[in-house]
Amino acid sequence: MITLQHYLLLSAALFSLGIFGVLTRKNAVNVLMGIELILNSANINLIAFSRYSSHGLDGQMFAVFVIVVAAAEVAVALAIVLTMYRLLKTVSLDRADTLRR
Amino acid sequence: MILDNVHSLKFFLPELALTVGILVVILCDIALKGLRNRLNPLLTLFTLLLAAYYTLQLNGVASASLFHGMLAIDGFAQFFKLFLLLAAVLVVLASLHSTELASVHQGEFFALLLAVTLGMVLLANSTNLAMLYLSLELVSLTSYIMVGYLKTDRLSNEASLKYILFGAVSTGSMLYGLSLIYGMTGSLNLYTIRDAFLSQGLEGINQFTILLILVLAMAGFGFKTAVVPFHFWCPDVYAGAPTPVTAFLSVAPKAAGFAVLLRFFFSGMSQTGGGRWSAIGGINWPLVLIGLSVLTMTLGNVAALTQNNLKRMLAYSSIAHAGYILMGVVVLTGEGVKAILVYLFVYLFMNLGAFLVVTIIYNSDQTFEIEDYNGMFKRSPFVAVAMAIFMLSLIGIPPFSGFMGKLYVFGSVIDKGLYWFAAVGALNAAVAAFYYMRVLKAMLIEDSKRTAAPLQISFLNQALLVALLLPNILLVIFWTPIDRWTAASVRLFGGV
Repeated sequence: MITLQHYLLLSAALFSLGIFGVLTRKNAVNVLMGIELILNSANINLIAFSRYSSHGLDGQMFAVFVIVVAAAEVAVALAIVLTMYRLLKTVSLDRADTLRR
Repeated sequence: MILDNVHSLKFFLPELALTVGILVVILCDIALKGLRNRLNPLLTLFTLLLAAYYTLQLNGVASASLFHGMLAIDGFAQFFKLFLLLAAVLVVLASLHSTELASVHQGEFFALLLAVTLGMVLLANSTNLAMLYLSLELVSLTSYIMVGYLKTDRLSNEASLKYILFGAVSTGSMLYGLSLIYGMTGSLNLYTIRDAFLSQGLEGINQFTILLILVLAMAGFGFKTAVVPFHFWCPDVYAGAPTPVTAFLSVAPKAAGFAVLLRFFFSGMSQTGGGRWSAIGGINWPLVLIGLSVLTMTLGNVAALTQNNLKRMLAYSSIAHAGYILMGVVVLTGEGVKAILVYLFVYLFMNLGAFLVVTIIYNSDQTFEIEDYNGMFKRSPFVAVAMAIFMLSLIGIPPFSGFMGKLYVFGSVIDKGLYWFAAVGALNAAVAAFYYMRVLKAMLIEDSKRTAAPLQISFLNQALLVALLLPNILLVIFWTPIDRWTAASVRLFGGV
């Protein structure tokens, strides 16, 4: 029997993995994958809460919007990463340090 | 009063005007190739003024909730709509004669500016978590593109990359927090959430979860308002973005972020009564905010001391100002909210003014370094004196309007009996005086090493500079209407 707790544990694990990925990866595309994990962990939460309670479909509606926003966000982020590749011929975040100097 | 979709529409005209404006600007950009560069700014200004007109028409309307509790319309919403539209108008005018933006195609720029304005207006008024998240993302996504607008410029690209990575993580974390709120209360509506918390009784709430939710939510709001420890993006993004965009980011999304922060905490997370709010959850929430506020202003001011790039310096100074504004949130009273509104209003003119001077000087000299500002008084006394007034206003020296902002914010803290907190704020303002004075010293006293040629300023920029100077000087004299307006704007929709 899968209960609400299982889903919450899964989403907490995904969220932690996402944050871990964002903090440790040097490749911009890998960082974006970490961000996707964070957004989807919230989606799992929303849908699980909606499914296991009697509060209607608000949570599922929210999750659909989040999926759309996530797609838009990745589109913008990839466009920016692509521009970076055109300018620097790399997507390593270590090279994005001109402004610090 | 909770209105359904059809009845909400007539209160939604400002946002509808902005939406139509975005589409018209995009269409004009595609269809009218010959005229578009001249027509697009005019269309944008017209849209913004039309939205402002519709907003003014709604003045005095009773507080209500639109679209089944998605948005609120109240005095607070009216204030922020007018504030954000005014900021957008000033930034459109400031971006017209900027050499940074002149080299690239500008049509989409104005469409993006309208889109981000629409997002901010919705953000400041949203009372539903889904609406809040969507409008926050609308603001964020469009501002990422605006920061990276100079596609061939390495700094602009790097700034937008840092902005989007930091922003996506912050808003993602906030979303996780919002999903936990939904789980605890079973609703996305701020008022239902508050009632659900209150009916459980303050003891029935899991303290740890509430703390986690508030920390995660604060990541999103703190990112928008550039509050420590969510400020890391701020100096790099401000330094790399085109200057008019930096000016816009330093004022408008910050204000919208504070608006939604206030709504979230005062409508969703606290109970009203007797003109005061007390926070839900049994956590000493004001103490946490005091900590954040002190950290924010101290770090902003200390880091600004060593900056040689004026844009970076102004970025750290805007972090410090976020700290001062946060002082008004700490007191959890109507007085505190009023102080925040006053502070934001005067901050608009002084900060946009300072960035306009940066734009003007970059137009002729292509530099942001403070030492290149040496001898500016001899080259253009008008610009040097204008910058001096903006800087003195940012410090908070009495005859200028920046002083009124500090007066209200510190006053609200002292009213609450937090004398040491006000003292820390005053001490910070004194530290801040040092780095603002450095700019003044360079411009007024030092001699120019590079060139002594008079500064070329377009007529539009001169007029805009005067328009930004006047509020800094005259607001203090005509203060009564501002005081009355902000006092009337504290009215937040209560949920019934």
